[in-house]
Order: sequence, then C-alpha cells, then structure tokens
Amino acid sequence: MKPRLGVFKFSSCDGCQLSLLDCEDELLAIADAIDIAYFPEATRKDDVGHYDIAFVEGSVTTAHEAELIQDIRARSSALITLGACATSGGIQALKNGADTAEFIATVYAHPDYISTLDTATPISDHVTVDFELRGCPISKHQLLELVAATLAGRAPQTPAHATCIECKLAGHVCVMVAGGQPCLGPVTHAGCGALCPGFARGCYGCFGPKETPNTAALSARLAANGTARRDIGRLFSTFNTNAPAFRAEAKAHD
Amino acid sequence: MTETTIKVDMLARVEGEGAFKVVVRDGRIVATEFRIFEPPRFFEAFLRGRDHSEAPDITARICGICPVAYQMSAVQAMEMALGVEVSQPARDLRRLLYCGEWIESHVLHAAMLHAPDFLGYASAIDMANDGHGDTVRLALELKKIGNSIVSAVGGREIHPINVKVGGWWKAPRKSDLMAVRDDLLRALDLAEAFVDFTAGLSFPDKERDYTLVSLKHETDYPMYEGRIVSNRGLDIGVEAFNAHFVENHVAHSNALQGRTAAGEAYLTGPVARYNLCHDQLSERARAAARRAGLDARCLNPYRSITIRAVEALFAVEEAIRLIEAYEEFDPACVDIVPRAGVGMGATEAPRGLLYHQYALAGDGSIETAQIVPPTAQNQPSIEADLESFIADVLDRPEEEIQLLCEQTIRNYDPCISCATHFLDLTIDRG
Repeated sequence: MKPRLGVFKFSSCDGCQLSLLDCEDELLAIADAIDIAYFPEATRKDDVGHYDIAFVEGSVTTAHEAELIQDIRARSSALITLGACATSGGIQALKNGADTAEFIATVYAHPDYISTLDTATPISDHVTVDFELRGCPISKHQLLELVAATLAGRAPQTPAHATCIECKLAGHVCVMVAGGQPCLGPVTHAGCGALCPGFARGCYGCFGPKETPNTAALSARLAANGTARRDIGRLFSTFNTNAPAFRAEAKAHD
Repeated sequence: MTETTIKVDMLARVEGEGAFKVVVRDGRIVATEFRIFEPPRFFEAFLRGRDHSEAPDITARICGICPVAYQMSAVQAMEMALGVEVSQPARDLRRLLYCGEWIESHVLHAAMLHAPDFLGYASAIDMANDGHGDTVRLALELKKIGNSIVSAVGGREIHPINVKVGGWWKAPRKSDLMAVRDDLLRALDLAEAFVDFTAGLSFPDKERDYTLVSLKHETDYPMYEGRIVSNRGLDIGVEAFNAHFVENHVAHSNALQGRTAAGEAYLTGPVARYNLCHDQLSERARAAARRAGLDARCLNPYRSITIRAVEALFAVEEAIRLIEAYEEFDPACVDIVPRAGVGMGATEAPRGLLYHQYALAGDGSIETAQIVPPTAQNQPSIEADLESFIADVLDRPEEEIQLLCEQTIRNYDPCISCATHFLDLTIDRG
C-alpha cells in the first residue's frame, strides 16, 4: 500500500504547497510512490479518512482553523509543517500585539462580517508537530529530501546551522563585511543556499532563526555598520516575526 | 414552491479557500453567492509603518502563485511616490521576469487545474494516469521553463528576491539568461502543441456581453505597464483607478468585490486582454489562436483555457526577444531619496489587473496601502456567469450542475489567497 498524503492549507499564500507542483521533474514519480489522497489545490478528492503523512501549510488565525488542526492531527500519523507560516506564524503574525479591531476596520468596510483571532500562531502552538520544514517559501530541494526521507523512514537532512555557512560554501563575497549591508545570514537557518548574498543583497531571514542564534551580537554589529535602530527592528519582524528569537530581538528595538 | 440549494463547501483546484452557493426557487435561480472564506491576513493594515523598500517582498507573500505580479505593481507605485524613473533595461528585465510568471502560472492553471474539468478527471495526475500522460508531461516541462526564467532573473521561483524599488539588486549575467533561451527555443513548440491540445476540448456554447478591463500599452501586449482601458470607451492613466472603480464589502465574502463606479461588474484577465489588445500579440500567437478556432473577439469564458495557452506562447516568444536584446547594466538600481508622496501602480497579473496605491511619509515609511487583486475585481462577474450559464441545466443531476459551476468559476483562474480581502459550492433549491 502506498502511504496516504493529505495536504492542508491554513492562513498562507499557497506558495509552499505550490512547491510540490513546482517539482516538475519529480511530480509524477512522487504520485507513483505516494497516494496523494487530499490536496485541494491540485485535486477534487474529498478530505476523508486517515493520513500516513499530513503536510500543513499556513498559520492558525481563525477559530475554525484552531478546531480543524485538532481534527487533522487526530487523523494523521506524521504531521509535517511546510514553511514559515506553519512553523512560526508567517508575515500575518505582524498582527500579533496590534489592535485587531483597528486592523479589521482598516481593511474592511463592515468589520462585523469578519471573524478572526487576535493572533496568527504556528501549528506547534496547537498540536504536536513531527517535523518542521523552514522557509518563506520552502526550498524545493529540501521538500524532495523530506519526501524521500519520510518514505525511507529516516530523518530528513536539513541542517540547522546558519545561512552564513552556505554562503561561505557558495563562495560569495560577504555583503555585510565587504559591502556594509545589513544581513541576517549569521542568525538565519540554512536551506536556501544563501540566495540573497548571491544577488549582492543581505539575507532577510525568510528561513527563520538557526539553532542557538546570537541575535544581540548581530544587532550590535548592524548598529556599528550604521543600520538605524528602527530598521534593525524591521529586519527581525518580517516572515518569521513570531519566531521567539526574532520576536525578542525586534522587541529590543521597539 | 420547490426550493433547491446546490453548494460546494470547498472548491478544489484553485489557489486558496472558497465556496459557492446557488439558490433555486421553482426552477429559477434567485441568488448566486461566490464566497471567499480564506482567512483575512490584513496586509493593508500591517504595511503601515513599514519602509517603502519592504513593499515588494512583503506584498509578494499575498500570493505564492503570482508573487511577481505583486512585486511589479508595488515597485511601480513606490517609484511614482518617490519620483524616480527606472532605466529601460531595468524595465525590460522586469517584463522578462513577468513573462516567466505568465508561463508558469498559465500552464499550471490551464493544464493542471482547468483541463481536468474539460476531460472529466479529479486532477492532472489522474489525467496523466489515464492516457493523457504526454500532455501532462509537456505542460510540466513548459511550466518548468517558465519557472527557470523566474529563477534566473529573480533568484527563485516563488517569492523572488532580486526585485528592488528603483530597479534590481543585481543585473543577471547575459550568459545565465542565454542558457534559459536554449530551453525557450524548445518551449516554442511545446507551447504551440499546448494551444492545439486546448483546441481539441469541447466548450459550453456560452458567452456574455462583458465589460472588459485591461491595461493597454502603446506598442506591447499589456503586462508590466500601460493605461487602463475598457471595451466601453474607458481610457485612463493608472493613477485615476480609484475614480473609476470601487470595492464593496459584502457579508458572504472575506474578499472585497470590485465594480465600476457605475456599479457594473467587469471582467479582467486573459479574456479581457485578448479582446482589447489582440493586435499586439505576435503573428505566431495570433496564428496559433486562429488554428485553435479563436477570432480576434472571444467572449466565451470557457475558451479562456486556450487564451491562456496563446498568452503562454506569446510570453515564450517575448522572453526570447528580451533575452536576445539584453545587455548587463550597472548600476542595477537608481538612487532613492525618501520623500512624502502618493504612488499608484497597476500591472497584468496572469489572472488580471492588479492595482497598488501607497502614501508615504517624509521618511519613506508607508502611511496607507491599498491593494486591489484581480480575483476581487472578478467576483461579481463570476456570480453573474453562474447565474447566466447554469439556468438551462438546472434539470440535470446535481453532480453535473456542480461540476459545471466549478468549471465556470475556474475559468477565472481565481486566486483566493490574493482576493481575501474567496470558494465551496451550494445550490439551494429550498
């Protein structure tokens, strides 16, 4: 029997699950190895039964989503989150701590039609998560590694060291030391292959914090390079704004 | 009185979460509701106080399917607010990036999401396993080539990292783009074969007298820039958008609904662009359209699948042209001096017109943001199509009606993640 896969969407942009359809060379092979039983972005099949693997994209921002994740967890053997929204809350977690009513009134003419929680929270705040794949969006290569590892029953090889290490391996000139640009590479989880420095741009942290990140030391260096306090705060509060290490550093620069 | 409700609570093969309901009383449709329940994420609220330079990367996250569209409208609005002109080579490179997104998004929708409706499958994977493997593999190859443009120019397929207010972070090497050109030359035949595939599908014989709205450019088929025009004589600069179009908030949708200032529904996207700007398509794209049975005028929305294929072919040709003419430029970006100002930007996302407007404070931070995505503008038109097109099939089995409704909605390639601020189907027969 092929393992049954369900792909679920919470509050998100659809980009991480699209990464599965973006595996153009591998998609049909994946469909041979896995029974893609529920994946509404790609198929009409209904959400029924038990899943061997559940991929969850997006964060919890409504009462309905908070209930739904419990139901999916109860019907899944392995629950794996895909991307920054599901793993830390995503860009929409910028509403955490803000005045929700004022946010609704800013966007909608009839606030009473809108139902939303005050926070955007990661899936792990609600249920046990078996593995979290980082990135905004996730890396296609890491997704394929995750699928292969899951089918083989081993842990995926997705190192938790810094983007800085990937950058050195790629042989890029340091955009911060040589270019004076703000860069989150020293504190950001690897996975993208140090994409931004390859385009002469500082890392903006879309894979979230690495293991044991020293964000305070980085902030001191950014400040010494002339980055304004407000800009340091902004740098830590984007797509992983609710990841504890980034949230704390942003708060220290309020 | 007989009452029936036909509904779908979770519309599949669209980007995001939406639902649909048709209410039938005594064999007549009395209401259609296209509902977007995708949770609101409040981009226009949390953009306030962010720096102008952050808008392209933040707004890209509204939609993983068409992030380039968000980046392109955002940078143009910011550049207007800041009073900077971007060089022609930098603008040409933006059009090249956009060609990549048009190819990958159009082929994804036409082959993987819409074609199964015409052929009676739940998904493209089922199509591939039941005799259509060659078509699905062709489409995947074409989509991959589109994505390779986005990666080569933008750094990665989803949420590209190279777009910058004022230009680019780094102009790509000509040799890297020429490597993609080799694949694009192959893609010409793939895209033409894909147009021919869509021509073999059978289309419901339906059309409506739509108000069509798209960008129009002096010389080029609309994509990255132009004026806003309609088939009712509208011809305005992008900055006048809010004087001619309004957004309404209705109880059944987390997406605002776009209408003309006179309250009319209008249609934006491939069908609008094709009808309004047909003469700007390349000779090869027009010839492929003719072979597929399309005239210069086409108001049958089910044929949008062919128009998407034609536009994908056009985008392949255009990308080849742009790459061949490309010369590396330096600096990659013009200097920006923060200032207070208001700026507007509109571009043609694969699924239609995408409008951004920002007001900036003197330090360059965002005071207000307004984002009007194509699916929000198309919602009233989707509801009108459902009302108009399914009236004569109400005696058919529920499953058949439901499938036709879903196909009708998918004509729009609705992007619900974008529009929130969309889909499930209900037919209420009481």
